[in-house]
This record gives sequence, structure tokens and C-alpha cells, in this order.
Amino acid sequence: MAMPEKTDLTCRELVELVTDYLEGALDPEDRLNFERHLVWCSWCRDYLEHMRTTIELTGRPDVSEPPSPLREQLLEAFRDWRRTRE
Amino acid sequence: MARAAPRTPRLTDDAAVVAALRRGEEAVFADLVNAYSPSLLRLAQDFVRSRAVAEEVVQETWLAVLSGIDRFEGRSSLKTWLFRILVNKAKTRGVREARTVPFSSFEVEGDEPVVPEERFRGADDQWPGHWATPPVPLDTVPETRLLAGEARERIARALETLPESQRVVVTLRDVAGWESEEVCEALGLSEGNQRVLLHRGRAKLRAALEQYLEEH
Repeated sequence: MAMPEKTDLTCRELVELVTDYLEGALDPEDRLNFERHLVWCSWCRDYLEHMRTTIELTGRPDVSEPPSPLREQLLEAFRDWRRTRE
Repeated sequence: MARAAPRTPRLTDDAAVVAALRRGEEAVFADLVNAYSPSLLRLAQDFVRSRAVAEEVVQETWLAVLSGIDRFEGRSSLKTWLFRILVNKAKTRGVREARTVPFSSFEVEGDEPVVPEERFRGADDQWPGHWATPPVPLDTVPETRLLAGEARERIARALETLPESQRVVVTLRDVAGWESEEVCEALGLSEGNQRVLLHRGRAKLRAALEQYLEEH
């Protein structure tokens, strides 16, 4: 792995900028530094990949949740609602 | 006329889910209720005083989904709309109950790092501030398995344990899929504070994912 210039962003600094990066909130110079760091640092690419995967998994609906205690009442309400549409 | 029962659509396919609801398919509604009620209930409890009221809010939300589904135009995703109904109802109830939710005074904690210091090289190293213990690569686990189950559950459990302010922001952004502007407006947060809460919350969920990767 090519080693960075000493003036580059460090990995410790980069992890604190990840959300700003993903939110498009970095100014152009910081964004450039961020992306330049990613070019040579596979570890930070892994970190960013973790973050993207985390966001995706957080938003993934899970139908295998245990049945909600509200479920039966709601299904009954659903059947009532359906009857009004027939 | 007999017709083949359509396969239950995946919950991520909004158009199919909405069409199935309009046709009155109970299985689809049941899937939605199962998948989202825990998050809705949790969120409602951040706005109202009691669990009982929060449950009422969740019920009213689902009833509003049914009565509004014919008018749903898909300008936002179904879940974004679902959470929007919940937050509106919960806020109304919260105000009526005179529970003041201190979202505007959300504490944005100090500036401790989101990744422990000891994972980076020290000042006397040749490369100070660079990884000493780098992140576990994602490809140690096949993607299909990662997406299928346990990793998602770990993250969901970590979300439950976040401080309230971080949990609400991460839920609205990453579970409900709201834009940052909408979250700021609903919670009375500045863009900057919203981003800090999102950053800290997501970082803890990422740590839960990494722990899962380490064990597999």
C-alpha cells in the first residue's frame, strides 16, 4: 500500500467526516482530501463500506419480527375496512 | 371467477404493496404491521407519555394508512409516508397531553471520537492517526448471508440502545427514509445538530455490524 503524504487527512480524521461526506456537507476541498485518502487507503474504504451497509441494513424491513401485540386488532380493523370497500 | 392468489410482494416494492393493499390483501397488511409496528411504537413513545397512548397512536396510524391508501400517490415511499402519519399523530397527542418533548434541546454530546482512539496509531508512530486495528473487511461474510438476517438484527438491537435523540434521528433518516430537512423541521433541530446525532448514532450501529463480522 502506498503510504500517504504526511499532510494528508489521517484515518482518525476521516472516520469523523464520513457522515458529512455521505450527506454532501463537505466543502469541495475537504471532499477532495477525503476522496484522495480513499484512493490509497483500503482500510478507510472498508470503513465507508461498513457505513453504507449499515445504513442499508437499518432500513431493511423485517417481516420476521415477532407478531406485534396490536396485530390481531389491526387485522380485524383491516377486515372491517375491506368490507366497506366491497 | 377464480384467480390465482398473487404472490405476496416484497415490502420494498412499493407499487406492488400499495396495489395489494387496495385489493384488500390481508397478508400484505399483516407483513407491514409486523415489520414496522415495533419501530413505530418505539418512536411514538418518544413523543407521548405512556405506552398505552403510544399504542393508540400506532393503531390510529395504521387506520389512517388504510383510509388514505387510495389517495397515496407515491411521491414519497410508503414507509416515509407511514412514519410521517405517525409523527404527526404522536406530536398532536404529545401536545394535548402537555408532554413537552425536549427535541429542541436535544443534547449533542461532547466530541469523543466515534472510533476508539486505541484503534489508531499513536503520535510517535511513523503514521500517526492511521489505523492500527483496521476495520474487518466486509467480504469475510458472503453478501447473501449478510443481507439475510443476523447482521440486520444486530443493527436493529443496537438501534434500540442508542440515546433517545440519536435513536429518533437515525430511525427517521435510515428506517423511515426521511430527508434531513424534514427531520430537522419535525424535531426542531439545526442541520448541524441533526448531522452530529446521525453521525454518532450510525457509528454505533456500524460498530455492531463490525462485531458481527468479527464473530463470523
